[in-house]
Amino acid sequence: MYIEFYINLSYLIGSLAFVWGLRLLSTPDTARRGNLIASFGMGVAILAAMLDPAYKVGPNNYGWIIAGLGVGGVVGTVWAKRVAMTSMPQMVSILNGFGGACAVVLAAVEFYHMYRGDRPYGTAEIATLAFALLIGGIAFTGSFVAFGKLEGWIRDNFLVIPKVHHLFNMSLLVAIVVFSTIATIQGIAAPPWMVILLVVLTLYYGVSFVTPIGGADMPVVISLLNSFSGISAASAGLIYNNQFMLVGGILVGASGTILTLMMCNAMNRSLLNVLIGGFGTSGGSAAAAAKGDQVIREVSLNDAAIMMYYSSSVVIVPGYGLAVAQAQKVCKEIDDLLSANGVDVTYAIHPVAGRMPGHMNVLLAEADVPYPKLLDLDDANNALPNTDVVLIVGANDVVNPAAETDPGSPIYGMPVLQVWKAKQVIVMKRSMRSGYAGIENPLFFYPNNRMLFGDAKDTLTKLSVELKQMG
Amino acid sequence: MENTIQTINENFLFIYLLIFTIILGFEVISKVPTVLHTPLMSGANAVSGVVILGAILLIRQSQGDDYISLVIGFVGVVLGMLNAVGGFVVTDRMLEMFKKKKK
Repeated sequence: MYIEFYINLSYLIGSLAFVWGLRLLSTPDTARRGNLIASFGMGVAILAAMLDPAYKVGPNNYGWIIAGLGVGGVVGTVWAKRVAMTSMPQMVSILNGFGGACAVVLAAVEFYHMYRGDRPYGTAEIATLAFALLIGGIAFTGSFVAFGKLEGWIRDNFLVIPKVHHLFNMSLLVAIVVFSTIATIQGIAAPPWMVILLVVLTLYYGVSFVTPIGGADMPVVISLLNSFSGISAASAGLIYNNQFMLVGGILVGASGTILTLMMCNAMNRSLLNVLIGGFGTSGGSAAAAAKGDQVIREVSLNDAAIMMYYSSSVVIVPGYGLAVAQAQKVCKEIDDLLSANGVDVTYAIHPVAGRMPGHMNVLLAEADVPYPKLLDLDDANNALPNTDVVLIVGANDVVNPAAETDPGSPIYGMPVLQVWKAKQVIVMKRSMRSGYAGIENPLFFYPNNRMLFGDAKDTLTKLSVELKQMG
Repeated sequence: MENTIQTINENFLFIYLLIFTIILGFEVISKVPTVLHTPLMSGANAVSGVVILGAILLIRQSQGDDYISLVIGFVGVVLGMLNAVGGFVVTDRMLEMFKKKKK
């Protein structure tokens, strides 16, 4: 009757709010409104799910639902308000893991209902359950491992079986598919231990799948896991025969997939190559290091300050080192001092700088850098040949010329910021150690390059003091 | 085989919805500038909290004394809510910082 109509209308409004919200999220000026609209859609849908008469079979147990909403809502809000912007990749990973975990428990409880004999389960239904279990399981444990790796708790070789790890993963996946197929065909006749084994295997697969992926590939992994959690939510929608969950989940799956592909393109590698490539673990080009007698030239703080102060354009290339040192605010200070002297200051941001897509942009926005000053890869490469001074803070692989010149380099073919085309390059670095991916950077030996050794924040602070004295 | 065909027939609208949503999703999101990758991802991440609806429906369909299902449903609601609320709040915090200023 009327109530059904209102419920259906609410689901429709909720779905439109998701689509519209995501659309608005794709332009900076409307993004905040888009996020609000999407959250409104979620609220409407939660209310509709609570009141939908189609699902009323018993006492409704509203107390349990409201308690869960309260606990999750309060904890989620407080946590999200407190987390530091540098920890955003960790936060996104772990929230993503929660979504995956939710799909896993839902699929598991349905299997439990099936064995308890609540009602007969059709073949398609069991196949959906197994699918939700697999994708949700990877999103769940994979995200937690990604979190552990980002926090530095889990090393790249954790639980990795040397040489045959990918073979092992492949067999694990085959076993999961075989067990799922048997469970699907036999239905309730399949032994319960097999389903339990299936749960254990999928959860372990998530761990085993993410651990060997190198730290430099984190942006790809996080995007991929994000899309998995969306797909698992969509398959849970199939279980409950709820179109709204399907729509929401698929939208997330699509956005995660697009971001994953964008990140792969930014590194000129295929997804498969990222997943089994072991980019971060390969030996790297020892050949480049062995060339010998190359000199690096250091620059003093004072000289660096003078170079920048009397130039007409400066491009700052921030990398994860800047984030780790929490130096984005000092960076902005230098920007202000230079801008006050009429220097045109912009930031060149590589798509995979930082530990998740767009991470650098968020950190600079936190320091009040207006987003029109942030150049993406193409714009930056157009601007760099006419740039006087490039200041590289804690970035390495994304400015490595070997990606264009040395076919033997592991990152050969990856689009990089062509900083060497600028008149003068200053690399700010802790030491001569190679970057996160462990690859030598010939840029350091270029004649127009100068090194400025030291901790990023410390050096930037001193640099800003020098600049203040000039002004 | 006949069963499968029948299932497909019965759920044809769902299949329509699935395909069109995939296309719509790709269309809506494909033109996102780099600046917004992180907020888009955390916003999308929050949307994947729709899985909470499943947990709500699980609790509603359970008997009042079926504590296993109720507790699991409760855990599901908490997890889904963390995913959704945490995601939306943190995205809002990020976007609040994106301000356009004249140079």
